[in-house]
Amino acid sequence: MINVIWISLLLIGIAVGAATGNMEGITRGILRGAENGVSVSLGLISILVFWLGIMKIAEDAGLVQMLSKLLRPLARFLYPSVPPDHPAMGSILANMSANILGLGNAATPLGLKAMQQLQELNPEPHRASDAMCTLLAINTASLTIIPATVIAIRMQYDAKSPTDIVGATIVATFLGTLTAIVLDRFFRARERRKRGIP
Amino acid sequence: MMEWTNLLSEWALPVVISSILVIGHFRKVPVYETFILGAKEGFPTTVRIIPHLVAMMVAVSVFRESGALDLLLKGLRPVFDTLHIPSEIVPMALLRPISGTGSLSIMTDIFQTYGPDSVLGKIASVMQGSSDTTLYVLTVYFGSVGIRNSRYAVKVGLLSDLAAAAFSVLVVYWMFGV
Repeated sequence: MINVIWISLLLIGIAVGAATGNMEGITRGILRGAENGVSVSLGLISILVFWLGIMKIAEDAGLVQMLSKLLRPLARFLYPSVPPDHPAMGSILANMSANILGLGNAATPLGLKAMQQLQELNPEPHRASDAMCTLLAINTASLTIIPATVIAIRMQYDAKSPTDIVGATIVATFLGTLTAIVLDRFFRARERRKRGIP
Repeated sequence: MMEWTNLLSEWALPVVISSILVIGHFRKVPVYETFILGAKEGFPTTVRIIPHLVAMMVAVSVFRESGALDLLLKGLRPVFDTLHIPSEIVPMALLRPISGTGSLSIMTDIFQTYGPDSVLGKIASVMQGSSDTTLYVLTVYFGSVGIRNSRYAVKVGLLSDLAAAAFSVLVVYWMFGV
């Protein structure tokens, strides 16, 4: 799927550029895209280094384990394939908590850590495991309760009440995340049926 | 509501960090050394992500700069019109999963043109806040561990983005009674 998306974006873009005589747009697109890719990755370094450091302290202090005990019932339902005492469970829950609190910058390193620990449980290292797909579904749906960036921009544009969209955002996010979880389960079941796994 | 949410988003980070440090210290964790040990993993992880992000961002950027995105939006306009989705919001819904800064700039555009308190402004705000840049999350998360076969994850991500966009429109119509 990602292969199809990638090649379609590129080839359709180049074809349209060729048809409309906009070849310099393509060159510009390639240069800008590559530059953005590197600068976004490098931009992650600072926050990633910091949060992985803080997380290690939380882990050694037993805080991650405490959190996972608290949210265990929910996590067991969402990630049946991850042993409840595995460190991956702690990172998954920390990632979830950071998302819910709207700490987007903190959520990414925690999610990456969870991914790496899930990879240890993955029997096929190049194929995403069930739990990885669920982690991704939940992260792409964004659980955020406080859309801090949106509120900040609304303030800049003198909204009467910059935060009046918070309630609506929570409802939309909740429904979107629920959809993601349902779709995740649906496609997993379908794949199992196709491969003949009970 | 406003003070409450502002307070929470301002205080969350400092409170979380200081609690971790204080509890760690009292539980006899050598906090500084432990921090360094964990932080060391940050750099290699970032470097592993670079090729994935460059690949995806070049594709998205070529698609946009070539004019293909504009063509697609023009073509889809009648479809969204019949679904009563305001056509001004369509580019944002389509861009949201592929470019976070792209959809953010459309949101600011809508604020500038129609005002943040307009229905469009509200829909745009909810849309931006209620979903994430799926393609970016996917690339970074799977890229960091070298997953090549993402199975149904892309499908799930994009379909739930579509659902979140539709919910944003519906919820704003419902809550603000327009």
